[in-house]
Amino acid sequence: MLTFQYVPFNEIQNLSSERRISKILGIVKRNKIVLMQGRLKSNEETALIERTMQEVSKEFKGIELCTIYPNSEKNKTAQFKQMILKVIMGDRDGLTIIGPATVVKEIKRNPDKIELFTYNKRN
Amino acid sequence: MMNNLKSFLNKLMPSLFKTKKHIKLGLYGPPNAGKSTLANKICQDWLGEDTKMSSVSEIPHETREVKVQENISIKKRGKQLSFNLIDTPGIATKIDYEDFLKHKMNKKLAKERAKEATKGVIEAIKWLDNMDCVIVVLDSTMNPYSQVNITIIGNLAARNIPVLIAANKTDLKKANIKGIEAAFPQYPVVGISAHKGTNVDELYETLFSIIKR
Repeated sequence: MLTFQYVPFNEIQNLSSERRISKILGIVKRNKIVLMQGRLKSNEETALIERTMQEVSKEFKGIELCTIYPNSEKNKTAQFKQMILKVIMGDRDGLTIIGPATVVKEIKRNPDKIELFTYNKRN
Repeated sequence: MMNNLKSFLNKLMPSLFKTKKHIKLGLYGPPNAGKSTLANKICQDWLGEDTKMSSVSEIPHETREVKVQENISIKKRGKQLSFNLIDTPGIATKIDYEDFLKHKMNKKLAKERAKEATKGVIEAIKWLDNMDCVIVVLDSTMNPYSQVNITIIGNLAARNIPVLIAANKTDLKKANIKGIEAAFPQYPVVGISAHKGTNVDELYETLFSIIKR
């Protein structure tokens, strides 16, 4: 059974970067998939990867991470600029999915769709 | 205070505080994209055929610590570019020693490699602050829309570091340079095969154009 935990932006917006990351990793390490409103700032994303690597163990193999963001811009270059701006600044638009690597095998993103693959426990 | 003053004066008189002789050129990307193969190719081209910077392997996370090759000078059409080349471990969000067992590695070595690899990722991220210019090396046979790619490029953009994307492994059938261009339209993308040495000259030319000297 998969468990998803929704984290609204207002639950993290007043937290420091360190506490945001601790909150997310805390949920993920309980084998839940985080569905977070918005996205982390770019420095928070790298800090999340750093913290994840520090905490890799026999039980915790890391995370799968993906951010979906709405694109109001039709032009590809403008879309990219918008995306990078949001990576830098952080944003309440869009959705961030973070799951434990022992549960989520892969999150595939193409521009228009997202696919989440999990491990089949029977295998 | 002193740093702000220095930065202000540096903008007014760029040559006044020009103490850096070589820029730091980093190679970043996910594991197994070909960063070390490209590092070796650059060294062979400009330091001599026998020069090898990093060992390469089909097993991911072969490079587990940052490697620096100092004093490389590229000369093209009367212009010269000198830099220290920094080959970094591949950035990943997960590392499982069991993945290494699939490559016929014994359990002890696999666990050791996984531990070193986690440290390598942390080290690579820490080095982001030191870079003056980065070549992001991507495997052109893979889907470019991975969060690791977006995070690396987003971080470089946040730091105002010039970026050039090397769409590597163009010698393989599944290579899709256009896919990388579509994913990252803001950045110059050069299709190369670091392994075969194909189109690396164009990479050098593009490097000249993105580095402001």
